[in-house]
Amino acid sequence: MKLLLTGNYAASYGAILSRAEAISAYPITPQTQIVEKLSTMVAEGKLNAKFINVESERSALAVCMGASATGARAFTATSAQGLALMHELLHWTAGARLPLVLVNVNRAMAPGWTVWCDENDSLSQRDTGWMQIYCESNQEVLDTVIQAYKIAEKIMLPMMVCLDGIFLSHTQEVVDVPEQEIVDRFLPPYRPPFSLDTSFPHAFGSLTPPPVYFEFRYKLQQAMDEAQTEIERAGKEFGNTFGRDYGLLDEYLLNDAEVAIVALGTVCGTCRAAIDRLNEKGNKIGMLRIRTFRPFPKKKIIKSLKNVKKVIIIDRNISYGHHGILHEEIKSAFYRKLNIPLFGFIAGLGGRDITPEDIEQMVNYTLKHKKTDRDILWWGVNK
Amino acid sequence: MVGGKQVKIPEEENMNPGHVACPGCASALSMRFALKALGRKTILVIPACCWSVIDGPFPYSSVKVPLFHIAFGTTAAFASGIKAALKMKNKKANVVVWCGDGEAFDIGFQTLSGAAERKEDIIFVCYDNEGYMNTGIQRSSATPMKAWTTTTPKKYPKQEVKKNLIEIFAAHKIPYAATATVAFPEDMIRKFSKAKEMKGLKLIHILSPCPSGWKFPENLTIKISRLAVETGIFPLYEVEYGEKYTINHTPKWLPVEEYLKKQGRFSHLTEKDYQEKKEYVEKKWFQLKKNLNLLKN
Repeated sequence: MKLLLTGNYAASYGAILSRAEAISAYPITPQTQIVEKLSTMVAEGKLNAKFINVESERSALAVCMGASATGARAFTATSAQGLALMHELLHWTAGARLPLVLVNVNRAMAPGWTVWCDENDSLSQRDTGWMQIYCESNQEVLDTVIQAYKIAEKIMLPMMVCLDGIFLSHTQEVVDVPEQEIVDRFLPPYRPPFSLDTSFPHAFGSLTPPPVYFEFRYKLQQAMDEAQTEIERAGKEFGNTFGRDYGLLDEYLLNDAEVAIVALGTVCGTCRAAIDRLNEKGNKIGMLRIRTFRPFPKKKIIKSLKNVKKVIIIDRNISYGHHGILHEEIKSAFYRKLNIPLFGFIAGLGGRDITPEDIEQMVNYTLKHKKTDRDILWWGVNK
Repeated sequence: MVGGKQVKIPEEENMNPGHVACPGCASALSMRFALKALGRKTILVIPACCWSVIDGPFPYSSVKVPLFHIAFGTTAAFASGIKAALKMKNKKANVVVWCGDGEAFDIGFQTLSGAAERKEDIIFVCYDNEGYMNTGIQRSSATPMKAWTTTTPKKYPKQEVKKNLIEIFAAHKIPYAATATVAFPEDMIRKFSKAKEMKGLKLIHILSPCPSGWKFPENLTIKISRLAVETGIFPLYEVEYGEKYTINHTPKWLPVEEYLKKQGRFSHLTEKDYQEKKEYVEKKWFQLKKNLNLLKN
């Protein structure tokens, strides 16, 4: 069934089709509509789930964790300040190996008050042990929520599905909403190996002294490694079932590209348009969209980029005192593997538009320079 | 006999010896009584507090029921999630938060208020040792006025009165709010059994004397618990739906000094302080008596 859906509603449909059993959230723009839709569906009996209205984002995640620990499929959604308020529990969710799914609608961090997009909110949760996927379209949002449960429940780690606030959350696109029966075949009910069960009592998360703590963390990292395979497997199986393939990365015209643009989220859509125009003029530009940011698919990235002469990274985020976060990640992936000049642009913070013309000019700048010694190439900022 | 009914303490033990509580810890004994009343169809949620240690290190546990250790400030929400999942699965269990005064009075207060407002069907138990004892005796908002802690030194002991947890949650109109101590085990067992049968959020506030934090010999835990009740400092009572008050035991009105002088944390108190404590107890009792007649007025 094809529907005209915003990114937010696409996320709601993803949760509905995944048969989320416990949903809890606290309103925050631009995420709010996701849970409004879900609360309506539950109230109308169209979704068999418990919807719990809580008094903070921290409680929202705690409710989902409690439900997940008791063997229910749990869903929450948030943005920016809300995600930051959840921070402690993000660590706890991953450490407790609870496979819940959180949709984060990317929004810049205050102050000053802003509801517009950048990715500093979710990227600053990089080291919490959550998988992170960044979507480019509303279709991908819906499809990824369904895949997220399959992957998360297989490896017992939570997944954050990220979509750019306003650009996706409040923009309608035609979305193919799959049939429930087919989704049910793709995503069977959640059956955890351990849960809070009075007939099989266990204590979870007890005092863990040095002789054992380290091993738990080693296993978490192993699960992250395994996640790369599972994300690819789920994406492929999804493609076989629904006709839309997904992977760790998304390449565009990279085969004979001389310059590659690397980015996350919706700016990649803009890149596609800009690249088409540039290549019509005889340039050889390609793009690598990092769909999966955690686990970071280093080997695949190197394979994709090994033949290009220059790499442009567009970061709609910043690690203050260092540089763009994706830039940092690509640099570390390249270490001792590839020696290709990197051009790290920071653009579009706080929802400022990045237009196809901006991308063309970034490419032209890169073509004109052999390399750059600047850690940050600020784009469009009034210094 | 307390509360008008003869209560038998169940022989069933749902807590093992070998836990790592300090000697004389009232919260360990409270858990033993609570689980006797609640039985094994119980799920415990425990935040950062003494009990996150007492239950034992991984892979051990001293209780015979499932238990989840969760972050400070989140217990009532986490328990709400458990209850939601149980409902979805058509399963039944008592979902019990077991926490110190840090969680109930301070860091988890907002979450508890939220769960009370939502009428979550959980039993929320605060074993109140009147300070942050697990981190080594720091002040909480449950620490009584004039008490010493490591963050309220004797030269400048706590200047503020203790929050009244029961009254705050009676004002939320929760179905059941009750106080208890290990000196009155039948009363405690009866309260847990009653809470188990009621729907909605039930709050049980246990005064939990702490030998190392309150500075008294560990063989005095029961005695101090009893003195807290008999001096009127910690009345045993219960409130249903914020309106129906029942006093479960009329104090013998022993002098407050008998309670205070046994504890090192009050060793700096002066005659004036004792007088103030006495007035505070009388005022509290007067208010309680007024509440007792709420329905009659």
